[in-house]
Amino acid sequence: MRAAAQDGTRRTSWRRRSVLPGFSLTMGYTLAYLSLIVLIPLAALAIRSASLGWTEFWAIATDPRIVASLQLSFGAAILAAVVNTVFGVIVAWVLVRYRFPGRRWLDAAVDLPFALPTAVAGIALATLYAPNGPFGAFLEGVFGLKVGFTSLGVVLALIFVGMPFVVRTVQPVLEEIDRETEEVSATLGAGRLRTVTRVIMPGLLPAILTGFALSFARGVGEYGSVIFIANNLPFQSEIAPLLIVIKLEEHNYAGATAIATIMLVISFAMLFVINLLQAWSRKWFGHD
Amino acid sequence: MRGGLIVLAAALALGACGGAASNEVTLLNVSYDPTRELYEEFNAAFSANYKTPDGKTVKISMSHGGSGKQARTVIDGIDAQVVTLALQNDIDVIARESGKIPADWRTRLPGNASPYTSTIVFMVRKGNPKAIRDWTDLARPGVSVVTPNPKTSGGARWNYLAAWGYGARQFGGDEAKIREFVASIYRNVAKLDSGARGATTTFTNQGTGDVLITWENEAFYTLTELEQGAFELIYPSLSIKAEPPVAVVAGNARKDGQLQAAEDYLRYLYAPDGQRIVARHFYRPIDPSAADPADLARFHEIEMLSIDDPIFGGWDQAQPKHFDAGGLFDQIYQPAR
Repeated sequence: MRAAAQDGTRRTSWRRRSVLPGFSLTMGYTLAYLSLIVLIPLAALAIRSASLGWTEFWAIATDPRIVASLQLSFGAAILAAVVNTVFGVIVAWVLVRYRFPGRRWLDAAVDLPFALPTAVAGIALATLYAPNGPFGAFLEGVFGLKVGFTSLGVVLALIFVGMPFVVRTVQPVLEEIDRETEEVSATLGAGRLRTVTRVIMPGLLPAILTGFALSFARGVGEYGSVIFIANNLPFQSEIAPLLIVIKLEEHNYAGATAIATIMLVISFAMLFVINLLQAWSRKWFGHD
Repeated sequence: MRGGLIVLAAALALGACGGAASNEVTLLNVSYDPTRELYEEFNAAFSANYKTPDGKTVKISMSHGGSGKQARTVIDGIDAQVVTLALQNDIDVIARESGKIPADWRTRLPGNASPYTSTIVFMVRKGNPKAIRDWTDLARPGVSVVTPNPKTSGGARWNYLAAWGYGARQFGGDEAKIREFVASIYRNVAKLDSGARGATTTFTNQGTGDVLITWENEAFYTLTELEQGAFELIYPSLSIKAEPPVAVVAGNARKDGQLQAAEDYLRYLYAPDGQRIVARHFYRPIDPSAADPADLARFHEIEMLSIDDPIFGGWDQAQPKHFDAGGLFDQIYQPAR
């Protein structure tokens, strides 16, 4: 045993340190599970789109209509994630730091967008924000703002489906932050703003970024609610997932998987950058 | 022939097992969206009145959805013994890609294998405030149109082709003018839903649009189910004869008695009982003699083009020309250059 550990330090250094038993069993499950649920389906996707030649793939990637839909899907998802981040942090703050009647109800309501079939959410939003709906008529009459059946409606639907993510990732971290550190900060002469930006925020930042990433990723792939509140016209509010469905209806599997692959690559690149930012913020602010 | 052998083999296998088969044959009917109510009643009537030659009852399950998507589930292997879809092309694709339906399926049942037909009509709001009478009114600036996306909805393809047929009649053979006419209608579209029922919801519940282009049966259904008097049905001067086809998926009728039951099931659609139910659910029966005259009186006689008219050249030509990737429908929404 000891000899093996000594001469194996380089070869199996990541295995040597495990103090907990059951590493190989759980790691085996992890790999099998991830492969079955995530990696193999995604590999099948890549292989299927690879049946297209490079020129055909490039023709799809640069088709103006597809580019417009990708811009809308990613743009709306980013915008929705930004809105969700700002307001999600406020909601989490209110739920953690204040005690008021009905707090538990409000807390439970945060999860509703998870539980609701997204088509139902889409129909409800479309009914409210359609040009003749109560909110839609008001917004258009007062601000000249068209929400239902426009790209703004897409953003609205994505805000709805992504709302719980930031709240639920920030909430537990906020609960963990010791209130005494804020008191210390105050007694050391920091103002309220300074306490928030220099003491609380650094600890929260990784959680906020995670929430942002989850909300964004959820939005990029959303289909069910969007098709009801968008008018789905090309170059107006046609999202990339709808184009995938259209390609499938044309029995053009390769074309559909090509768009899916493009979305996957962009998503992966963006999530990777967010992860880097997270690592950087941990290092920078000295939190682990 | 091969299907028959498989059925025979299955029967032998079952026999060898000691006749453990239940006294019920089950069928799955994969259908499109607005036929929900029709088949609910029809299946009950069929199950009550029919027994297989060896005395078994038949139980039918339904699956509904957009016609193209439903065709794909059959190609991908759903165990359906019967398909009742919105478009001939959808069944052709199943026959071509899976081989489970014989290529000559259209000749196996009367009326191009369509036991009922329908047509395309307009629904407008009470009092017809925009004075919509015909297809030209839909191309007028300031008229807001609701119709589903022909890419994802079978009914929407009939809508599009009906407009094209009217344009063809107006402008003779001048295809550029027909295209501009159809494009001007589609530029008035407020929302392209993915299916016929979704478009109805957009028009009725969300108050969007001045006119909804839809199936005649869907329009009647909406008029009777929803708030009475809030909407009106308008017949254009010229429309299209929509023929939703049916077929047995022989390749999936493997179990004992399924093939026979599936064939008898579809034949029952043509029987007096089936035709009466069809008419009650606002589809035009191909044999009106058995239908309730009061049901028939609801249908207006209008001129209807057939898909096999030279204007369209049948689905084999119409589908690639208009609806395939880069086809005429896609070109409507190409940005002006």
